[in-house]
Amino acid sequence: MNNIIQFENVSKSFGDLKVLNKLNLEVKDGEKLALIGPSGSGKTTILRILMTLETIDDGFVSVNGEYLWHEKNNGKIIPASENHLHKMRDHIGMVFQQFNLFPHLTAIENVEQPQILIKKRSKPEAKDKAEELFNLIGLNDKKDHYPHELSGGQQQRVAIARALAMEPKIMLFDEVTSALDPELVDEVLTVLRKLASDTDTTMLTVTHEMNFAREFADRVLFFDAGQIVESGKPENIFANPEKRRTKEFLKKFINNVN
Amino acid sequence: MEWNWDHAYAVLPQLLKGLVITIEATIVASLIAYILGLAIAIFKMSKSKLVRVSLYWMTEFVRRTPILVQLYVVFYVLPDFGIFLEAFTCGVIVLGIHFSTYTSEVFRAGIDNVSKGQWEAAKSLNYNPYQAWKHVILPQAIPPMIPPLANYLITMFKETPLLAFITVVELFRAADQYSNSYYTYLEPMTLVGVFFLIVSIPSAMIAMKLEKKFKPIKVTR
Repeated sequence: MNNIIQFENVSKSFGDLKVLNKLNLEVKDGEKLALIGPSGSGKTTILRILMTLETIDDGFVSVNGEYLWHEKNNGKIIPASENHLHKMRDHIGMVFQQFNLFPHLTAIENVEQPQILIKKRSKPEAKDKAEELFNLIGLNDKKDHYPHELSGGQQQRVAIARALAMEPKIMLFDEVTSALDPELVDEVLTVLRKLASDTDTTMLTVTHEMNFAREFADRVLFFDAGQIVESGKPENIFANPEKRRTKEFLKKFINNVN
Repeated sequence: MEWNWDHAYAVLPQLLKGLVITIEATIVASLIAYILGLAIAIFKMSKSKLVRVSLYWMTEFVRRTPILVQLYVVFYVLPDFGIFLEAFTCGVIVLGIHFSTYTSEVFRAGIDNVSKGQWEAAKSLNYNPYQAWKHVILPQAIPPMIPPLANYLITMFKETPLLAFITVVELFRAADQYSNSYYTYLEPMTLVGVFFLIVSIPSAMIAMKLEKKFKPIKVTR
């Protein structure tokens, strides 16, 4: 299988803080990846770089066989133009911790508008697609509500539908349950599990829900200080972590939860 | 001095003509103030520091000098440099530019109120900047701006008598002309005050209603 995402020696700093340090990462087409690790370890930055919300300082990122932050011009590699980024963003969708639904639109309008504007679908086509997705997320009865009339979990499910409507090859989930009350976490994770088993979309999830990561992911990456400390199948990482830092993190994490 | 109804009736037609000019001036000046104010607010968020700093000083300069002086400069001094504008045109341009420096603050506050997450969501859905502004940012930013913008409209209406000083025969100057001809100020000036109140009190009440109606959109977190 081909790599749909590739990071080669990617570095990124915020001021003096080095969040990514010569990171190398390959993700296969269709792979479901869970990114775990302490806060500030650079997990979210990886997603934000892929969504073009953050630039990179050094190295190369490829998506679907093309450079993301660079493009070729007469054989030379130059920084990506806005046109190139626009074309590349088409492959990628993202769901945010804070949902970021458009509050002036109803739930279904949130899912329809981007399809009409960006995918150039007709209103009926966009509506059909949106309704199909509202079935998937189990919110058919709430589709005409405004975001502020929905619970956090419901808003997040709509945000997932909105991203899915654009049919990206890659979906990024950035701590999508972290802002939710505990009793609302499951309804969102259920949707993600369904997606993971039903679609061949490549999925990258930054999460603190270890049980979810274990079931959902084909591969778990443990991050610390801008680098991948350990990566492997979830059963190995969670049952028999090899590195000391991974062990400490998982131990602390499980202690904190209980 | 006693109130003379003959003067009151005699001045009325001129005052009504003046009121029309006053309202026209308010409408045109406020359109300039709104459109230019929005442009200033958007350009003040420019990535270029040069643009931001020059806009800052330009707006400070306009805001910190009296409107009357600006009117005189544009009407009496610019012709020396070969720029001739009609009095009415001069007046609405000066008034519009002056108040655009205030409305730009309203626009900026409204835009700042829309969270960064909204920009990021728009970008993640591949909206271009124009689409993000039109479909995501402005629809959220504009409703809370309406009440303060309505208040500036009323303020501009009340400032229009300044145009009298550059020969625009608006409501105040219409009264003043009558007063100078018949040596009576009581009736014309009282009626001018009444006309201003008749327009501005209901407008202020509408603005207050708008304030209640357009509360910022709730975002649950």
